[in-house]
Amino acid sequence: MHMNRMKNRSVSLTDLSQNFLEIEPDLTAREAMGEANRCLYCYDAPCITACPTSINIPSFIKKIASGNLKGSAKVIMEANPVGASCARVCPTEELCEGACVLNHASQPIMIGNLQRHATNWAIHNHAQLFKAGEKNGKSAAIIGGGPAGLSAARELARLGFEVTIFEAKEKAGGLDTYGIVSFRLPQRVSMWEVEQVESLGVTIRTNTIVGRDISPDDILESYDAVVLAVGMASVPPIGIQGEGAKGVYDAIEFVESTKIPPMDTHLIGKKVVVIGAGNTAIDAATCSVRLGAADVKMLYRRTEAEMTAYEFEYEFAKQEGVEFRWLTQPVGIVQDEKGAVKGVTCIRMELGAADESGRRRPVPVEGSGFTVEADAVIRAIGQKRYTGLIEAFGLTHKWGTVKVNLDTLQTSNPKVYAAGDVIFGDGQGDAMVVTAAEQGKRAAYSIYKQLVGPGMAQTS
Amino acid sequence: MADLRINFAGIQSPNPFWLASAPPTNSGYQVQRAFEAGWGGAVWKTLGAPIINTSSRFAALHFNGQRVAGFNNIELITDRPLEVNLKEIYETKKRFPNHAVIASLMVEPKQEKWHEIVKKVEAAGVDGLELNFGCPHGMAERGMGAASGQVPELVEKQTMWAKEAARTPVIVKLTPNITDITATAWAAVQGGADAISMINTINSLAGVDLDSWNTIPHVAGKGAHGGYCGPAVKPIALNMVAECARSPEINVPISGIGGIGTWKDAAEFILMGAGSVQVCTAAMHHGFSIVEDMIDGLSNYLDSKGLASVEELMGRTVPRYSDWGNLDLNYKVVAHINRNTCINCNKCHIACEDTAHQCIEMLTSSDGSKYLQVREEDCVGCNLCSIVCPVDGAIDMMEIPSGPPMTWNERQAAIKQPIA
Repeated sequence: MHMNRMKNRSVSLTDLSQNFLEIEPDLTAREAMGEANRCLYCYDAPCITACPTSINIPSFIKKIASGNLKGSAKVIMEANPVGASCARVCPTEELCEGACVLNHASQPIMIGNLQRHATNWAIHNHAQLFKAGEKNGKSAAIIGGGPAGLSAARELARLGFEVTIFEAKEKAGGLDTYGIVSFRLPQRVSMWEVEQVESLGVTIRTNTIVGRDISPDDILESYDAVVLAVGMASVPPIGIQGEGAKGVYDAIEFVESTKIPPMDTHLIGKKVVVIGAGNTAIDAATCSVRLGAADVKMLYRRTEAEMTAYEFEYEFAKQEGVEFRWLTQPVGIVQDEKGAVKGVTCIRMELGAADESGRRRPVPVEGSGFTVEADAVIRAIGQKRYTGLIEAFGLTHKWGTVKVNLDTLQTSNPKVYAAGDVIFGDGQGDAMVVTAAEQGKRAAYSIYKQLVGPGMAQTS
Repeated sequence: MADLRINFAGIQSPNPFWLASAPPTNSGYQVQRAFEAGWGGAVWKTLGAPIINTSSRFAALHFNGQRVAGFNNIELITDRPLEVNLKEIYETKKRFPNHAVIASLMVEPKQEKWHEIVKKVEAAGVDGLELNFGCPHGMAERGMGAASGQVPELVEKQTMWAKEAARTPVIVKLTPNITDITATAWAAVQGGADAISMINTINSLAGVDLDSWNTIPHVAGKGAHGGYCGPAVKPIALNMVAECARSPEINVPISGIGGIGTWKDAAEFILMGAGSVQVCTAAMHHGFSIVEDMIDGLSNYLDSKGLASVEELMGRTVPRYSDWGNLDLNYKVVAHINRNTCINCNKCHIACEDTAHQCIEMLTSSDGSKYLQVREEDCVGCNLCSIVCPVDGAIDMMEIPSGPPMTWNERQAAIKQPIA
């Protein structure tokens, strides 16, 4: 995100859907050309190393400059099957753009925006960038059609596998389709990536919940390999009084409700309290602003220094007018006589000694209780795991984080591989879309190696 | 503040910046606007029998997103009646008596034609004449422009004819479309030229349209070569000026033309022997106001060098320009990379590795940070790394002690000497 390029800053109370249009505009052709020509075309470029999917960034940028947009989009999508989404959601300041050598001389290249420019070309021109490989007689089941699942499916299809994705929701794409705020990532971009995968002959069985509509055993029996890419589940309860009140939301479901019009108008002019300070909490807060809430507060029991949201997300939330209340622990939700949220009772905290994560542990300040008025409360304190499903597959896990061989992404069952958020946690992996995409690719290559042969096949 | 006035072969001008004979000097209106903007002189767009121009005339070479690295035209000389031009020259000169107005001329290679036009334009009050022996297209087919400029005898003869009638200084404008420009420059001097100017445009085709497969530009689907100018031609022009400036047989003032767009370009031409400079493409790209910084920048530069006038700068680099055989074969520079300034783009490494002498190493220090280092013993001092380096000051070419000077010519002479 480039704060200085953001448009669509004012919030319309009459047409909420306007507020969810992409906030940072596409580069104009001229901007893209100027920026592409500014790229130094480094040798052994640090931006490539910084990209979890190792996109050959100087190459795709050079192709933009030369007018070869199809070639540029292919370089991106080759390395990252969800490269159009990543162009919009990657924390580029921490990855490619953060590594750009021009940070030391002028301004880093807007790599994310150039990636968006090239993939936009592919989207608008309905470019078919890849072909399915010659059938190798093997089949693979992918459980979960999010970034990791799509990525694994795309590569397996190119390697000649018969691929089926089992997707619980109505549409595939996972987080990219449902979980990222529309003003950062419109759903159509994710859907294009889904279509790209489908066009390779991958079957996507939507509205299909493994464990309800098909059993894990059936899948294990019917396919030669399985990729578990189910991501994470809903937000757990905070465990405070009154959580069942009307007007208490799960941040993930809340963001999802804003992905498809019509927009819910009932928050217009209301007071919203978000509990948590990660990226999802920020999304919930900024969505609230854009749904017309008059007052949005984020409560976090630690301080600014410990919050897990990216710096640019925090900056963005502040610019959107979100108020941050640090060292504030919610202890209860106050309801009115009809059972609707009226406020959040809190207690002040102070930082004590460091805990095992290295962060200073917040300790309550005695007698410091107070109440924050609220018409809605959004829980954003992390996500639950699909522990039941993981266990149904008989996989070794720790608190719902599937254990894998970090080189091959193979789980405790040699036939099952895992990628994406399902292996994130407990010091393993990273929670970014781009990491999930890379893991999906790697799981696919491991499966190929295990079932077809040691040499890497040529894909097209 | 330095004195920017010049006396070029007897032509007085408030500064060395003239508009070249070209579209910007097509009319009195334009030339007067230019003088108001600060241009010291203008060479009026070539006068002669009016011609018919084609529609679609210009094209440009754009480079890496920058417009107009080079410029191409198929326009010819003036398309307006001579009388109209003469009247406007008279009016312009009357309004700007202290600015230089030079008439560019092109007529058939006949003595009486030259006499006739010289008399007419001098009667209108011009300060000098420039004979256009360079226009590479359109006029050449009629035996004029480059067609005569490529034949030293014709250059000499026509210069002589113009000189027979002229009372004002005669500048001969030379074409670069020739193997050795000093040959035609020498012919001009033999013909009595008071000065020479160079370069006219270089034969060119700007491009091909990849969708229509037409040439760029095209006229109803057909193309023809044009003349190339603009920033990209500067090194070619600078060499030609320098070759003439250092020739002991060409002892006339030189007006430098070709890719000049800033005071820096102008200063380089002046250092290489130019007594005035002429500009066209940069004005066509940005308008007449660019002269303001050309004047201001040159003045500040002269002040910074402690020079009181343009004259003191003129030709200062000419003695340093010679033949390859006079270069010291023992002189040695090597590249040195300044780690504090280097941004680690590795462009120097790959340029050296793939296309030069494989002497820049990519290394990792004990703290894990990456750096680049030149293996000096293998560096030939080619400059490539410092050319591709995007950061000023990251790579210096350092002189290192070497043996006593020995040029190729000296070496050959020494080899030939009998052993005593």
